[in-house]
Amino acid sequence: MQKVIIIGAGLAGLSASVTLAEHGVPCALISLQNSERAQSVLAEGGINAALNTMGENDTVQNHYQDTVKGGVYLADPNAVQNLTYHAPEIVRWLEQLGVPFNMTESDIMLRNFGGQKKKRTAYARSSTGKIIMTALIDEVRKYEVSGLVQRFPHHRFIRLRIADQVCQGVSIQDDYTGEILDFSGTVLLCSGGMNGIFPGMTTGTTQNSGDVTATVFRQGVKLGNLEMLQYHPTTIGISGKRCLVTEAARGEGGRLYIMRNGQKWHFMEEKYPELKNLMPRDVVAREMYFVRRELGGEVFLDMTGLPEITWQKKLSDLRQEIMHYLSSDPRTNPIPVREGIHYFMGGIDTDEFHRTNLENLYAAGECTCQYHGANRLGGNSMLGALYGGRKAAESILQNPAEIRESKTNSEQEKFIPASPVLIQEISQILLSGLGIVRNQKTLETALEKLKQLSCQRTYHFYEQNRLLLAEAMLASALERRESRGAHYREDYPEKNEDFRKTTIAEYAEQIRISFREIPEKRADA
Amino acid sequence: MIKLNLEILRRKSPEDTPHWESYEFSSQDENINLAAALTELNRTLAEPVRWECSCLQKKCGACAMIIENRPRLACDTPLKEFRDKIRIEPLRKFPVIADLIVDRSILFENLKTMQVWFAEEAKTNGSQTAYEASRCLQCGCCLEICPNFFAGGEFAGMAAMVPTTRLLTALPDQQKKELFRAYRKHIYEGCGKSLACREVCPAGIEIDQLLVRSNAVAVWKRKIKHDK
Ligand SMILES: Cc1cc2nc3c(=O)[nH]c(=O)nc-3n(C[C@H](O)[C@H](O)[C@H](O)COP(=O)(O)OP(=O)(O)OC[C@H]3O[C@@H](n4cnc5c(N)ncnc54)[C@H](O)[C@@H]3O)c2cc1C
Ligand code: SF4
Ligand code: SF4
Ligand code: FES
Repeated sequence: MQKVIIIGAGLAGLSASVTLAEHGVPCALISLQNSERAQSVLAEGGINAALNTMGENDTVQNHYQDTVKGGVYLADPNAVQNLTYHAPEIVRWLEQLGVPFNMTESDIMLRNFGGQKKKRTAYARSSTGKIIMTALIDEVRKYEVSGLVQRFPHHRFIRLRIADQVCQGVSIQDDYTGEILDFSGTVLLCSGGMNGIFPGMTTGTTQNSGDVTATVFRQGVKLGNLEMLQYHPTTIGISGKRCLVTEAARGEGGRLYIMRNGQKWHFMEEKYPELKNLMPRDVVAREMYFVRRELGGEVFLDMTGLPEITWQKKLSDLRQEIMHYLSSDPRTNPIPVREGIHYFMGGIDTDEFHRTNLENLYAAGECTCQYHGANRLGGNSMLGALYGGRKAAESILQNPAEIRESKTNSEQEKFIPASPVLIQEISQILLSGLGIVRNQKTLETALEKLKQLSCQRTYHFYEQNRLLLAEAMLASALERRESRGAHYREDYPEKNEDFRKTTIAEYAEQIRISFREIPEKRADA
Repeated sequence: MIKLNLEILRRKSPEDTPHWESYEFSSQDENINLAAALTELNRTLAEPVRWECSCLQKKCGACAMIIENRPRLACDTPLKEFRDKIRIEPLRKFPVIADLIVDRSILFENLKTMQVWFAEEAKTNGSQTAYEASRCLQCGCCLEICPNFFAGGEFAGMAAMVPTTRLLTALPDQQKKELFRAYRKHIYEGCGKSLACREVCPAGIEIDQLLVRSNAVAVWKRKIKHDK
């Protein structure tokens, strides 16, 4: 089979490349920087799978239920069924690759995570992403040496090559030499979330600039649920970015409070007696926003009650990090926390087989809008990236496409980054419309400002793409006239069954927003 | 208020002759680090300084460079540590691409040469050593400081020792002979044990302890003990 071209070497790209290699199919693994620098190494708290090792009678069915409910019924139920069914297998596979998960006496230990009633999150202290990535990178190295995986680090996606409405391959650029290379073959996008649209405001990496998503959108690839931005409730501001305080802090017993009349008010515990501080992220972030608006001051995360053994065995890295950045010991001092943009539930629209609307183009991982609906549960995205990469590779194996060596349109133009000034301007406009609480007026004002900005100067191809993506994000949020998951509209505070649909944004001369039915769950899924 | 000069060794391409440029920099943010400062500086320059970054929280190794003669991560270097000026150069042991970007591919080539992977299934059973050994950023700071490392030499340094240690905690029998041989040749025989590397490792990896354990396994054929 012809070489498959994978853009992105985080968990999704690595998982796909291993699956292809295991079937003897070669791939080109293209990434801006080496895998050690991908956002996936930042993941902290863990990965979900109903391994049921803690004597809580957890089942795959529970995991399925929590995931679709957490996503407020926007996720494709068949895709989620597959994801949760295969989750235990994925985590066992990681164990066999030598990932040193925290263990009970005899098996993998699981911890509590938001939106889930059972312990279901496997972890390696609070550096789970890094530890999994190391094992996966080693595994891929085996295939690099055997020649099945050919890595292209320091290479940048430029654009898709499309002919007769079929994806023929990609153009990429060597960032070290500036040289442009053309590849023919099936393309799998694993390029991560759109952090670069909100510089300095996210917990993720600067490497995921959003350019891949913006460019393929311009080229006709549909995007879904762009309005669904996940604000993580517990982040702290550090130089240049928002730094995550892992949900594991609350999973292990951390409590949120705000001062009211001189007393600590544990508002989450009072309002949500069942899941308390571990409600899904959208709920916690919104409650924090509301109590702050009402009372002023900061919300604190109190971990002073955690036993010493937890700090030593489970959260040692977190404690070091907080001491480093806040010069304060969380064992004795509660820390002030705020919401920060953490995950993009929306992105490239795919079906459960990870096909996009463009023939011969697939996508997996955080760059897609697969699995998480209106809100992603902590621990489900590493799973989604690993399983999604594998599933996409399997789909490609089942539908081998022979791409003829098409002649390039030879637009050998180099990548030009968008100007930092424009990036800031766009980001400010988006934040004014796409905060934790939204309404028609602020969204319309933001759209108006964006249109003015678009006419103000002339912009190059990559800048235009960003402007278009930004417009599509705001338009998606405006059209969804209801509140669901991460999307909260003050003017439509209730969930509305008519909107239990995927928001689709597409571009052909102009942007069009539509809504697509969620697939029915199949009996066999 | 932070105010100092950023002195940066610049060049446009590998062929270009390097030259120092000095930029006045100030910030209201007392806690600003060098990574954020470079980002701000670049907003004002017609020819931005080329450098690599990704996580901005010392977890990815991208932004390693020489800062006042020491290999460090820009995102882990607060400007308040310095007065008047701060001298910034690319790492010296790797080929320079432009400004502060170097080509560190030798790190990854060495791991291929040493065949750092599990040939078959292997469980590390929560091993603390395997955990510590999985934390290496592949930043190259340890190689930069090491008197015995040069690109293209036999000695692969601690950037290879650390990942290899993960394998040593659960190495399948069939791999032992080859990996032990590679370990002796590319690590054990080249290292003078001065541990300058331990001091600069930005991840704070317990290199000394891992080295003792790995030597015990790969050279002296002992088992790793007390590992939970
Ligand atoms: C601080 C933090 C903590 C997290 N904790 C958890 C957790 O505990 N549990 C969990 O499940 N999830 C967690 N997540 C989310 C999770 O880490 C990510 O969703 C997941 O790792 C994404 O994997 P990916 O492979 O899709 O993308 P990434 O790992 O982001 O990889 C993207 C790849 O695309 C490449 N790329 C990007 N742009 C280009 C371009 N223009 N050209 C070429 N290549 C390009 C990059 O180089 C990179 O290799 C966390 C995220 C953050 C930021
Ligand atoms: S101990 Fe000394 S010789 Fe050995 S790797 Fe470290 S710096 Fe180099
Ligand atoms: S051992 Fe430390 S200094 Fe050396 S590459 Fe790894 S993280 Fe960097
Ligand atoms: S940017 Fe990742 S270590 Fe500095």
